[in-house]
Amino acid sequence: MPDEVATQEEKIKSAEELSQHQKAISISEFFEKNRHLLGYDNKTKALMIIVKEGVDNSLDACEEARILPDITVKIEELEKEKYKIIIKDNGPGIVKKQIPKIFGTLLYGSKFHRLRQSRGQQGLGISCGVLYSQLTTGEATEIASSTGKEEIHKYTLKIDVKKNEPVILNEKSEANPHKWRGTRISFVAEGIYREHKQSVLEYLKETAISNPFANFIFESPSGKLEFRRGVEKLPIIPKEIKPHLYGVEVGLFTRMLNETSARSISGFLTTEFSRIGATTATEILKKAQIDPKISPRRTTDENIVNIVKAVKEVKLSKPPTDCLSPLGEKAITKGLQKELSPDFVASVTRSPAVYRGWPFQIEVGIAFGGTIAEANFMRFANRVPLLYQQGSCALTRSAASVDWKRYGLDADKLPKGPIVLMVHICSVWVPFTSESKEAVASYPIIVKETKLAFQDAARKLSLYLSGIRRAERIAERKRIFERYAIETARALQELTGEDEKKIKGMIATVVEKRWGEVVDSPSGNGPTDGD
Amino acid sequence: MAPLMVINMTVKRTENTKESIVDLGKDVLGQLKKVQNPNISLPVRALSNIKFDEKNKLIILGDKMSQRTYMNIAHTRKFMQTLMVAAECKKLLSETENTTTSIRDLYYILKRTIPGTTENTFEEQSESDPIIEDLEAALSTLRENLHLHADQKGSLVGPIVIEEPKFGSETDCMKLGASGFGIPSICEPDTVKLKSTTADFVLVVEKDAVWQRLNEDRFWKNHNCIVITGKGQPDRGTRRMINRLNAELKLPVYVLTDADVWGYYIYSVIKQGSINLSFVSDRLGTPEARFIGLTTQDVVKFDIPKNVTIKLNEGDKKRAAEMLNYRWFRPKEWHHEINHMLKVGHKLELEALSAKNIRFITEKYLPEKIKKKDFLP
Repeated sequence: MPDEVATQEEKIKSAEELSQHQKAISISEFFEKNRHLLGYDNKTKALMIIVKEGVDNSLDACEEARILPDITVKIEELEKEKYKIIIKDNGPGIVKKQIPKIFGTLLYGSKFHRLRQSRGQQGLGISCGVLYSQLTTGEATEIASSTGKEEIHKYTLKIDVKKNEPVILNEKSEANPHKWRGTRISFVAEGIYREHKQSVLEYLKETAISNPFANFIFESPSGKLEFRRGVEKLPIIPKEIKPHLYGVEVGLFTRMLNETSARSISGFLTTEFSRIGATTATEILKKAQIDPKISPRRTTDENIVNIVKAVKEVKLSKPPTDCLSPLGEKAITKGLQKELSPDFVASVTRSPAVYRGWPFQIEVGIAFGGTIAEANFMRFANRVPLLYQQGSCALTRSAASVDWKRYGLDADKLPKGPIVLMVHICSVWVPFTSESKEAVASYPIIVKETKLAFQDAARKLSLYLSGIRRAERIAERKRIFERYAIETARALQELTGEDEKKIKGMIATVVEKRWGEVVDSPSGNGPTDGD
Repeated sequence: MAPLMVINMTVKRTENTKESIVDLGKDVLGQLKKVQNPNISLPVRALSNIKFDEKNKLIILGDKMSQRTYMNIAHTRKFMQTLMVAAECKKLLSETENTTTSIRDLYYILKRTIPGTTENTFEEQSESDPIIEDLEAALSTLRENLHLHADQKGSLVGPIVIEEPKFGSETDCMKLGASGFGIPSICEPDTVKLKSTTADFVLVVEKDAVWQRLNEDRFWKNHNCIVITGKGQPDRGTRRMINRLNAELKLPVYVLTDADVWGYYIYSVIKQGSINLSFVSDRLGTPEARFIGLTTQDVVKFDIPKNVTIKLNEGDKKRAAEMLNYRWFRPKEWHHEINHMLKVGHKLELEALSAKNIRFITEKYLPEKIKKKDFLP
C-alpha cells in the first residue's frame, strides 16, 4: 500500500537505537500501572482488598504457629475518601530483619515455592497494600511486630518502585513490658467505605464463617462489632507435597530437571514427583524410550516431550491428600450457625479429588431459615471468601446447574428465599482465573465435585423441609379439629344433655389418640354431591 | 261436592322424628366415649346411588352409605354443621307442635362466627339446605316433620276447596283473584286438607306468565280443571300438592312446559322425583302425570311460525344427550322427541304460541291436545 511504502521510506531505526529504550521493569512499576490485575480497581474494593491481605496473612501465620487467632480490624475515616486501616493480630510476630522485606518488596514470600494449601500464594498481597497506600495518599505504612520477647519492632516504610525495595523512613525497637506478641499494620489509603455485598464487612463475616476458630473484632466507621470464635480447635496443618506428574507440563519439567540434585533421570522421577516408585519410573521411561540411567541435565527437549507423552499412557497413583486441610462438616455447620443463626444447616465435605495432578477438595454448606433474610451464595478458596466475579466462577456455575426445585426450593438458577449456600475449594494450587484470585477456573472435575456436594446437601435440606411441611400440615389439621370442636360439643349437649365441656374434652382425647388413623382424604364431599 | 278419601301416609310422627334425632346425637356421643373417630352414616344422594323403580315408576334412593367423619379435614366442618342442624331441629320439635321455622331462618339461627377465627359456622344458606336434606335422608324423615318450611312458591286456581285447620281457614279456589291460592311449603294432610273438588283434571304449567294467561282466560272454569304453576322447577310443596291431587282425588295430571331440555326435566321431576330428593319420591312424584306439551314436533302439528323457534346451544345439546341415558326417559316417545329436537336443532318457549294468537294456547292448543289425548308418557 502507498502509505506503507511512504513509511518505509522514512529513516529506519536500528535495533541499537531501539534498545536504548528497552529495560527491565520492576514488578512494583508494573503494579503501579496495572493495579487492577491485583484487584485494586476501585476505591471501595481497595479497602476490602487491603483488609483481606492483612487478615489472610494473620490467619496463615496463626495457623502455622498453632495460635487461636484474635484479629482486630479498624477502619477510620481521616478525610473524604481517605482512611486509616489497622489490622492487628496475636500471631507469632515477625523477626526484625524480615519486616522490611515482607512489607517493602513485592513477590517476597515463603509460600510461592512450596506446594501446600495456604491462603496467600505469591507474596504479592500485603506489599501491594503498602504500595497502593503510598500511590494514593503518599503516606508510609506503619508496622509494629513482636515475637513476644523483650522488644517490639516498629517500622515506617514505603516501597522504592523502581528497585522493588523497601524505603525505611523510621525504624525503632521498644521495650515490651507486657510481652505482647503479634503484628499490627497501619495503612493510610484512598478508599470508600460501604457495607454492601462486596464490602469489608461482608468479607469479615464470611471469613468468620470459614474460620470459625478465629475471633474477629471490627471497629468500622459505623460502630464496633465482634464475630466470635465458634470452635476452639485449629484445623490440621496441611503437609507439603511434591508435584504430581499428571499436572506437569514441558516448561516446569525442564526447570525442575535443571534444579534437581538427582543423578539419573529415573532418580529424578522418583524423588521430585509425588507417588512415583521405581517400577512406575521404569515403565514411563521405557515407553518414552529413554535410558533410565542418563543424567537429568543431559536429557534433550525431545526426551522431555516423550516423557510428558508417556506419562499420559501410564496409570499413576493419585497424589496424597494430606496436603489438604478442609474445614470439615462440623466446622462448616458451626461457622454458618454462629454467623447466620439459621434453623437448619446441611454440610458436605467431599473426598479429595485431583485436577491436572493437583489434589483438591470441595465442601459445601446450606443454611436455611432462622434469621436469614435473603438468599446469598458464598464462595471460599482455601478459607478465603471470594467476593467478586461470582458470575464467571466455576463454583457458581456448578451450583446453578443443580435442579434446586427438585429439592423443594424456589430457585432461579440459584435458590431463592431464606437460604445461604457456601462452597469451599481447598487445594495446594487453586486454579484462579486471574491474579486477583476472584474466580475459580472451570475444570470439569471441579464443577462435577461441586455439583455432587450441593446435591448431597440439598437432599439433607429437602428431608428437613418435608419434615417441616409435614409438621405444618399436621398442625393445620389439629387447628381444624380444634376449631370445629366448640360448636360440635354445643350441639351434642343440646342433643344428648351431656356437658358441653366434657364433650369438648372427649373430642380432644379422640383427636390426640386417634391421630395415627388420620389419612389424607382426597375426596371428601360427603353425600351431597349434587343432582 | 263429594267427601274425599284421606290417604293414610306412613310418615313418622313428631315424637318419632325427635327420637331419631336424639339417637343420632347419642350415637356420636357413644363413639366419643369409646374414643372412636366420630362418624355419621348418610345415604349417598347422587346419581351413583339412584335406582329407577320400574314397578312404581319412581326414582328411588339406593342403599349406598357414605361416612361423614370428624377426623377428616374435608368432613369436619360438615360434621359440625350436621350436628348443629340436628340440635336446632330437636329444639324446634320440643316446642309447641305447630311451630315451624323457615329453612332460611334456620340458616340465620345457626350462623355465627367460630371463636378465634373469621369463619362462620354457615356462610350461605346453600350450606345449610343440603344438610337438612342429609338429615331427612339419614333419619328417614321429612323436612316437614322437622318443622321446617321453605318459601311458598307455587300457585293454584280452580274448582277445589282447601282447608287449613291451623289457620281455621277454608279457601274456595274459584273465588280468588289474579294471584290464586299460594301453595304452602308444608303441604301435608294434617295442615292442608283437600276438602272437595269437582275438577276433571289438573294442568301443571311451568311458567307463571302462562298460568296468569290461563287464569285470566278462566281456562279452569271453561275446562273444569285445577291449574297449578311451580314457577319454574316446582318446590316440594307444589310437587306434594300435585302428588296428593292425583293420589287422593284421583285426578289426571297434565304438564305443560317449554319445548326444551329444562322443561322436559321439570316434567320428569314432577313425574318420578329428583335425584337429590330421591328419598321422598313416593310423596313428591306423580307417576301418572302426562306430558301435554310443548314438543318440537308441535311446530309442524300446529303450524307454528319457524321464526319463533330458538337455536339449540351447546349446553342444550349436552344436556339432551345426558337425558337420553336416564332410565326414566327411556320410553320410545321420549327418545323420539329428544332426537327430533336434536335433529331440527331448535327449541321453543310456551310464549311462542302467542305468535299465532294471544288465546291460541287456551282456545286451540290445549283443548285439542286434551281431546286427542296427544300426550307423551
